[in-house]
Parts: sequence; C-alpha cells; structure tokens
Amino acid sequence: MTAPFVGETLSYAHVGTTLEVTLHRSVPGASCNEIGEQTLRELEALVAYLAAGAGGARALLFASSVPRGFCAGADLRALYEGMVARRGAGAPPVGEVRAFLDRIHAVFDALDTTPLTTVAALHGVVFGGGFELALTCDVLVADKTARFCFPELRLGLVPGFGGIPRLARDVGNAVVRDLLFTGRSLNAQRAQQIGLVSQLVAPGEAVHVARKVAEQAARFDAATSAAAKAFAKPLPSEWLNREKDTFCALFASPVVEAALHKFVTSTDARPYLP
Amino acid sequence: MNASSSPDLETRLLTLAAARFGKPVASLAPGDDVFEKLGIDSIQAMEMLTEIETTFGVEVPDYELQGVTTFAGIAELVRRRLG
Repeated sequence: MTAPFVGETLSYAHVGTTLEVTLHRSVPGASCNEIGEQTLRELEALVAYLAAGAGGARALLFASSVPRGFCAGADLRALYEGMVARRGAGAPPVGEVRAFLDRIHAVFDALDTTPLTTVAALHGVVFGGGFELALTCDVLVADKTARFCFPELRLGLVPGFGGIPRLARDVGNAVVRDLLFTGRSLNAQRAQQIGLVSQLVAPGEAVHVARKVAEQAARFDAATSAAAKAFAKPLPSEWLNREKDTFCALFASPVVEAALHKFVTSTDARPYLP
Repeated sequence: MNASSSPDLETRLLTLAAARFGKPVASLAPGDDVFEKLGIDSIQAMEMLTEIETTFGVEVPDYELQGVTTFAGIAELVRRRLG
C-alpha cells in the first residue's frame, strides 16, 4: 500500500488497482466528516490527482473510518459562522456561498465523470452532502447500519452539492420528492429495494465488499469501461446549474440564518429529527 | 391501541434498546423517556431506529417520531406499521 496523500479530513492510498479514499475528519464539533473548506481543499487535491492519471489506479473507492458513519453533510457550524462574519462586515453572504458551491460542484462533477469506476462503501450516517458525495459514485455498497437523508428543507434550503439531479438520474424523481419534501431518512434495506444501493452487507463489511467490486471492475479493458461509463452515466449539467441558482436564492432568506442559528446553538439531543 | 400486541412489542423494544445501549432490561419501562433513559443523542437514536425497522420489518418515518418520547409510543408506531 502506498499513501500519496494524508490530509486533515481525508487520505488516499493505492490498494492494488484501487485508489482508496478514507474520510476521517474528527475534530471537536465535527462528529461525522462534515464537509467544510478543508475537506473541499483536500477533495480538490484528489481530483487533481485523478486528472493526472491517479497513479495508474483503475477504480476509486470512498469510505469513512469514523464509526458514526460515512458523512453527515455540510459543515453547518462553519456555514453559520461565515454567514454571521460576512453580515458583520457588511458583505452580502450569497457571493461566497456561490463560490463554494461552484468549487464543490466542480469536484463532485469530476468524481461523477471520472473514467475510473467509483464505489462507495457506506455505513451509519449518509446525510445531506454526505449522501450527495455517495451519489457521485457508480456503485453503492452499504452495510445494514447505513441511513440516507436529505434534511435540507429543515434549514430552509435545498441540497446544494448536486444530490437531487443525481438521485433523480439514478433512481427516479418520485424518490427525490419523497425524501426531499418530508426530510425522512431511509434505511439501507429500503435503499437497496429502490435501487439506490447495489449490495447490502453485514455491519462492518462494506469496505471489504466494495473492494471486491472495484477489483472486478478493474479486470475489464480501461478504455471500454470508460466509454461504457460515459454512455451510461450522463451528467445532468443543466439541472445541476439550476440547483445552485435555487440554493443561492433560498440562502438569502432570513429563514436560513434563523434555522442555522437554532441548529448550532441547540443543546437538544434531537437536532437531526424533524 | 391493540391491547393484545402492544405489550409484547413493548417488551421486545425494551429488550432491543437495552441490548443496544448496554442497559439492564429491567431498568427500562414502557413509559420512560427514550433519550433521557438511554442517554443517547440524535445519531444514536437514528441507529436505534434502523435496528427497530430491521428487527420488525417496518419503516417508521422520522417525522412520526416527532413528539413521541416513550418506548410505549414507539411501540405503538411500530404496531400501526405491522398491520
């Protein structure tokens, strides 16, 4: 195993023909790989590595070493603190958020369309932006503890990292509407029944099974696999752009700041419940 | 409430919660507040919800849990889904 990158929030290493990315953000106030500026920078470094040939890797695997789950989504605490700081400086908050969204969409689009076969190994919390990161992958392997959710409407927002167009592309818009409009979460068994999860495995076994998927995909001719992916998995570009516009329009509402304030100051043990 | 099935469901639910969070089952009662009694946070509650759904073969939407604080209340939600 060689480790071309060890970061604060994620690391990646070659394991055979697979480049394995491990999310491991564990800092005070961040319980499960919340995605903020540092995670984005490290994902950008990963995408640059992929563009440079990924060290000859044939497949890309995403997993988390945080026991609680794959990823709980965007770093809402940082989002709120940035919003307050910009307001204090007299600057409109939307511009900086738009720039962040443009960067994260560029990263997620690159992951979505990389010619490598991409596999997500999922457990526990797969919420919001974490769900959206998983949706960039070609094949989702989940253990029975995984749970999927788009909680954004509780904050007065829509998902902003491309999750809605990707879930509609991969599974269907009825599922999007169910999850988006109710904010309810799906267990892994149900996620497999609707076609979101390809393989459902015992707790703790997702990485092992995902490695097998990646190894199998690497047995085929690389150019053929890349052509098949480009054909079978088109990027919903126009819808992704409209998502950013919708998110930014909603972000200007005072509803969002009030909801974020409530979230970051809450001492209730149940902030994730609607 | 279905008087014949809910007590059994409550017992199974208490057993499940006790095992998951390392509590003596005798220390839990149907009327207990789930969060207070187990000392769990929201993500641990999600973990328990997944185990409940898997064990009983039902889906319990998160929003139906709003305002439901006791084991008995959760058991009643599960009972409705079992039909």
